[in-house]
Amino acid sequence: MLRKLVAAGALLAASATATLAEEVKIGFVTTLTTPAAVIGRDMLDAAKLAVKHMGGKMAGLDVKLIVEDDGFRPDIGRQKTLKLATRDKVRFLTGYIWSHVLMASRKPALDSGAFLISANAGPAPLAGKLCHENFFSTSWQNDQVPMALGEVLNRKGIKSLYVIVPNYTAGKNIMAGVLRTFRGEVKGRDLTKWGKDAQLDFSAELAKAAASGAEALFAFYPGKAGGAFLKQFNQSGLAKKMKLFTVFTVDAISLPKFSKGGIDVRGHRSTMFWSQDLDNPVNRRFVADFRKEYGRDPSFYAAQAYDAINLIRAGVEGAKGDLTNTAAIRAAMLKADFGSVRGAFRYGRNHFPVQDFYLREVVEGQNGKWTFKVVEKIYDDHQDPYAAQCALK
Amino acid sequence: MDATLIASQLVNGLQLGLLLFLVAAGLTLTLGVLDYVNLAHGAFYMLGAFFSASLLELTGDWPLSVLLALPLLGLTGLITERLVARPLYGKSHLAQVLASFGLLLVIGALAMLIWGAEGRAIALPHALRGQARLFGVVLPVYRLVIIAAALAVAALLYVLLHHSRFGVRVRAAAANPRVAQALGIDTHRLHAMLFALGAMLAGLAGALIAPITEASLAMGAQVIIIAFVIIVIGGIGSLRGAFVAALLAGLIDTFGRAFLDTLLARVLPLEAAETAAPALSAMSIYILMALVLIARPRGLFPPPARGGAA
Repeated sequence: MLRKLVAAGALLAASATATLAEEVKIGFVTTLTTPAAVIGRDMLDAAKLAVKHMGGKMAGLDVKLIVEDDGFRPDIGRQKTLKLATRDKVRFLTGYIWSHVLMASRKPALDSGAFLISANAGPAPLAGKLCHENFFSTSWQNDQVPMALGEVLNRKGIKSLYVIVPNYTAGKNIMAGVLRTFRGEVKGRDLTKWGKDAQLDFSAELAKAAASGAEALFAFYPGKAGGAFLKQFNQSGLAKKMKLFTVFTVDAISLPKFSKGGIDVRGHRSTMFWSQDLDNPVNRRFVADFRKEYGRDPSFYAAQAYDAINLIRAGVEGAKGDLTNTAAIRAAMLKADFGSVRGAFRYGRNHFPVQDFYLREVVEGQNGKWTFKVVEKIYDDHQDPYAAQCALK
Repeated sequence: MDATLIASQLVNGLQLGLLLFLVAAGLTLTLGVLDYVNLAHGAFYMLGAFFSASLLELTGDWPLSVLLALPLLGLTGLITERLVARPLYGKSHLAQVLASFGLLLVIGALAMLIWGAEGRAIALPHALRGQARLFGVVLPVYRLVIIAAALAVAALLYVLLHHSRFGVRVRAAAANPRVAQALGIDTHRLHAMLFALGAMLAGLAGALIAPITEASLAMGAQVIIIAFVIIVIGGIGSLRGAFVAALLAGLIDTFGRAFLDTLLARVLPLEAAETAAPALSAMSIYILMALVLIARPRGLFPPPARGGAA
C-alpha cells in the first residue's frame, strides 16, 4: 500500500513536470501485494534499471512507466489492463507474472491495439491457437523449461521418477512438460492442494516418494512453498536415496532466504534460459548494475523484465519514434536484435523466443554467498511445441 | 502398502493433529468459556512464527527464541483482550466476528509492514535437521520434537485446568459466570488470563511449524478455519473434544493425501483419480464434521450445559 502511494506520488510529480511532447507510455502490470510481491518488485526494479540505462528515452521520446498491481488475481489484472489501455492509452503493456492473469488480460490489451509483451507467463494457448501479431514474449512458453529438465534426466541416465507438483493449471502443464521428454518410468505422482490455502506440509507425499523406490524426484513449487518443500526434503533424509530436480523453485529471490533459513540447496540443479553468469556484455552490465543499484542478485524474472523494456525500445526506434506505425514497430521487434541478456535468439512464428536452455547448479561463490552456475547447455534454439498451431507466418 | 509407509504416515498425521490441537485449544477456551468468537486467533499463530523468527535473528538460539516468544504472545493476547474482546463480551456474535475479523486484518497489515511480504525462513540447529530410526522407520527428528513438545503442553494444560485452582475457577466461570463473580472470582482477570493462554498456545504452534513451512503472512488465515471445524467436531468448550478431533483431523488429512489417489485409481482413470484425490482429502474433514453434527449436534464431547450465562 505504502509503496503504491509513493509510486503514485512519484508518477503525479512526473506528470506535472512533463511537457506536452509525445512520450512512450508503458503499462506495467505485476504483483505488488501478497507474498508474491517479491517477484513483482524484482521485475519492476529491472524495468526501471532498463529505462535508466537508456537515459529515460526511446528514439528521443520520454519513457513513462505506469505501474499497476494485479493483486495475484486475474479479475484485477484484467481491470488494470483495461484501465491502462483505455484511460492511459498506453502503447505497450508488459509485466504479467501469472498465466491466468495474462489470459484474462489478453483481450482488453490486444483489442485496444496495444502491444502485449509477457515478461514471464507463457500459457500454451497464447503460443498456439490464440497467438496474435501484437503479442510477444521475452521469457519462454511454460512447457519449455520442464521439457529441458526431462532431457536432463535422460542424459543423467535416470530410469525412474516420482513427481510432486501443485494441483493447478501450471502444475499440470509442468508435469506434462517433463513427461513429454523424460523417457524413463514414472513410479508415482502427487498433486497437492494449491491456491490461497495451499498445502505446505509435504510429509505424506515425501513418505510415499521414499516408498516408491524411484531414483529421482521432480518437484515444482514456486514462491514460499518452495522453501517448505526443500526444507522437508532435507529433513526427511530422502537426499541419500533419491536425487531432487526442480523448475522455478530455486531462484535468486529464494536463494538468500534458503541460506538464512538453513536450507542447504548447494548442488541443486534446475533448467533455465538464462543465468546471471551467462557471459555476454549486455548481461554483464545488467547483472553488475542491478547489484549496484539494489544490493542483490537479479532473478530470471528481472532478466525478462529488463529484456521486455529493451524489446519495446527496439520497436520504437525501428519506427523512428512514430508510435502510430504499428507495422514498423512490430517488424523491428520481430528481429529480436535488441541485445538480450540471454544472448542471441530469434522469434518463432508465435512470437515466443526460439532459444537455448541451460542446466544451472547452485554453488558457493566467492565470499561464500550462494549463486548459480551454468553447468551445460541442454537445448540449442529450442522452440515450444505449440508454435505449429499458430496461424501467423 | 507396506507397514513402514503406514507407520511413517501415522507419525505425520499425529504431528499435524497435535499442532492443530494447540491452535484449537485456545479457540475452544475463548469460545466455550468467554463465549467470544475470535477470528483473530489465527493471527496469534502467525505472530508466534514471526516473533520466534525475529528472536532467532537476535539471539541465534532456536529453543530460546521459541521460549522468549511465549511471553510476548501472552502480552499481545492481554492487549487485544483489553482493547477488542472485553468490550464485546455478552454482545452478539456478529459484532464479535466483525471486530475480530477487523483485528485480523490490522495485525496482518502490521506484520506486512514489519516483516515484509516475503516471510521468514527459520534455521533449525543442526541436531534437529537429521533423521532418527524408530522401529525400522526413518523419521525426521524435528517432527518427533514437535510431537513431544505438543504432548507435553497438552499434559500441562490438562493439569492446569483439572487439577489447579486456576482450573477450578475457569470451570466455575464457564458453568455460570455470574455466580462465579458473586463468589468472589475476579472474572475480568480470569478472562484476560485465559485469552493470553490461548494466544500463547496458538503462537507456540506457529513457532513450532515455522521451521518446516516458514513464517508467512497467509498462515493465520489458513489455520483458523480448520481450527473452527475441530472445535465444532469436538464440542465447543471441550478441551478433550478438541484433542480427539484435532488428532482425527490430522490423521484423516494425512491418510487421505497418502492413500486416496491409489484407492481412487482402482475405480477411476489415473488422471481423474489424481486430480480428485487432493480435492477429496481436503474435503474429508468437512465431511467428518457434517457426519458428527448429524449424529451429535453438540459435538463429540459437549461440555456440561451453561447455566444462566445467557
